[in-house]
Amino acid sequence: MNRLRAWFLAPTWATIITLFLAPLAIILGYSLLTRGVYGGITSPWTPESYQRLVDPIYLAILWRSFWVAGASTALCLLLGFPLALFISRAGRYKNFYLGLVMLPFWTSFLVRTYAWMFLLRDTGLLNTLLQKLGLIHTPLPLLYNDGAVILGLVYGYLPFTVLPLYATLERLDRTLLEAAADLGAKPWATLARVTIPLSAPGIRAGAILVFIPCLGAYLTPDLLGGGKSVMIGNLIQNQFTTARDWPFGSAVSLVLMAIVMVLLFTIARGEGEDLL
Amino acid sequence: MQFKMERVLELRDVSKHYPSHHAVNGVSLNLARGEFFSLLGPSGCGKTTTLRLVAGFEEPTHGEIRLNGASIQHLKPYQRNVSTVFQNYALFPHLTVRDNIEFGLRRRAGTPAHRYRVDVPGTKDSRADDIGAGNHIDNRVREVLDLVQLTGKESRRPAQLSGGERQRVALARSLVLEPDVLLLDEPLSALDPNLRKQVRAELKAIQRRVGITFLFVTHDQEEALSLSDRLGVMNKGRLEQIGTPEEIYLQPRTRFVASFLGAVNWIGDVGVRPEAMRIAREPSRNGHRSRPATIVHSTFLGNCVHVDTRLSDGEPALIEISRLGEAFAPGESVHLWWEPADELRFE
Repeated sequence: MNRLRAWFLAPTWATIITLFLAPLAIILGYSLLTRGVYGGITSPWTPESYQRLVDPIYLAILWRSFWVAGASTALCLLLGFPLALFISRAGRYKNFYLGLVMLPFWTSFLVRTYAWMFLLRDTGLLNTLLQKLGLIHTPLPLLYNDGAVILGLVYGYLPFTVLPLYATLERLDRTLLEAAADLGAKPWATLARVTIPLSAPGIRAGAILVFIPCLGAYLTPDLLGGGKSVMIGNLIQNQFTTARDWPFGSAVSLVLMAIVMVLLFTIARGEGEDLL
Repeated sequence: MQFKMERVLELRDVSKHYPSHHAVNGVSLNLARGEFFSLLGPSGCGKTTTLRLVAGFEEPTHGEIRLNGASIQHLKPYQRNVSTVFQNYALFPHLTVRDNIEFGLRRRAGTPAHRYRVDVPGTKDSRADDIGAGNHIDNRVREVLDLVQLTGKESRRPAQLSGGERQRVALARSLVLEPDVLLLDEPLSALDPNLRKQVRAELKAIQRRVGITFLFVTHDQEEALSLSDRLGVMNKGRLEQIGTPEEIYLQPRTRFVASFLGAVNWIGDVGVRPEAMRIAREPSRNGHRSRPATIVHSTFLGNCVHVDTRLSDGEPALIEISRLGEAFAPGESVHLWWEPADELRFE
């Protein structure tokens, strides 16, 4: 019995070891070595890469990443909640609306992000239109700032909040809403006292599903932030390409991962069973 | 039981039509203040829809609903001073017993000019005037917890309560608002049968004590008969008869009412209840009616014996007799007796 079990689990273990644990060990090793002149790594062992992390420049990037990811998550929840609520009450059109929410996934994220550049840039659709209408004379700075990055992240990750929120709202017992109204609660009071507290598991799941990828995002800040709005993801990418500092890139990657793990465990311990 | 006919709730020719069927069809009904009124009927007869129309969860297609003389059929549920005890209780799972009970009080506390009184009548201290709102709420909660005997369980969550306790929280949550009418949607059906009888007695006692008008929906005829001052029997969206339990049981106006409230033996055009019939070995003497029949089977039920018989025309008849009386063997030829006064006749 145990042998059979081991055989069935073997592919899983092989995958985890070769594709996850081994690369992680390599990254850990790299982060403790010295940078090579043309990239790569060389001896001796040193903790220097970790010591450099406390440099104010890098702390600022870390802070900005948290700020941008936090703002994006908050906006996703703010926009996603009413949408999920609407879909959960749309009767037989539910699946149609859910399909619309999933529709953007049919096109590459990269292409969709480029589309935003064409919309937002100085000679883009929006600025051209506003100028033609005579509403503005010089183009508005819509692209290459934190706002553009947050817009791109919210756009990209909104479905990841809508789906878990929809799942909890859909299961919500309608008689509880009737009971609230029956006890004198107006619609807003019912929303605040009953609907939102009872959809907490969906809110948590949605927040985690958005916050973590946003924290590590590099494509969106690269394209829509244009190097002015650098996030951790860009910093890591930069270390492995132009800066040719693999040990430092590895160290930043591991620290980012550690932060995410600590966050996840804190939430999981705080809330117990119903995480994800 | 007598009530000064102060009408608290009136339904005037109320209908609720859905595209597929007519759930409620021309129901008219008056409830006197302090009355315990039951709507009795099989599932799908429209009794729950009627309740939901009064609560405000549905709007009638036709007709008028009046509460204390004012039309309420267009008001939202939160604008009506009625309250519902739901079949599944609908307690807020994220709130404690105390918070569940305070929920309505806090919602209504902001209402100007004390439009809603929040006293439980029949309990001491029903003056709210010079106590602060917070204190006032605390007092009301304490009184209502005492009323439903849940003192000490204030900080439990619904999931930590037994079925009977949940039912009492649901009751307390509504009673504490002192609604003009308390609407109960089969509140005992989720309880196990042993508990049901006990809770039934408690419910009646509480209603007597607080004096609030109860509109109670059930499909259980025993429940309706034992609890109600008056009851209405519904069938296919219509109210077939309204009356006291005695009137409904002893003088049913339709065959449906007669058979829904208990077993009836149909003998030609008349109906006779099993307990109104006797079994004898000789034909009836003066004044009684009788029919020859054959014993099919006897079932001992503890307090009585049910005897299945077959009339000479082949129709079955069920007779309830005392276990202390004569015993009859299957196949035996007998005569069934009954008094003309016990016959149920319909137009």
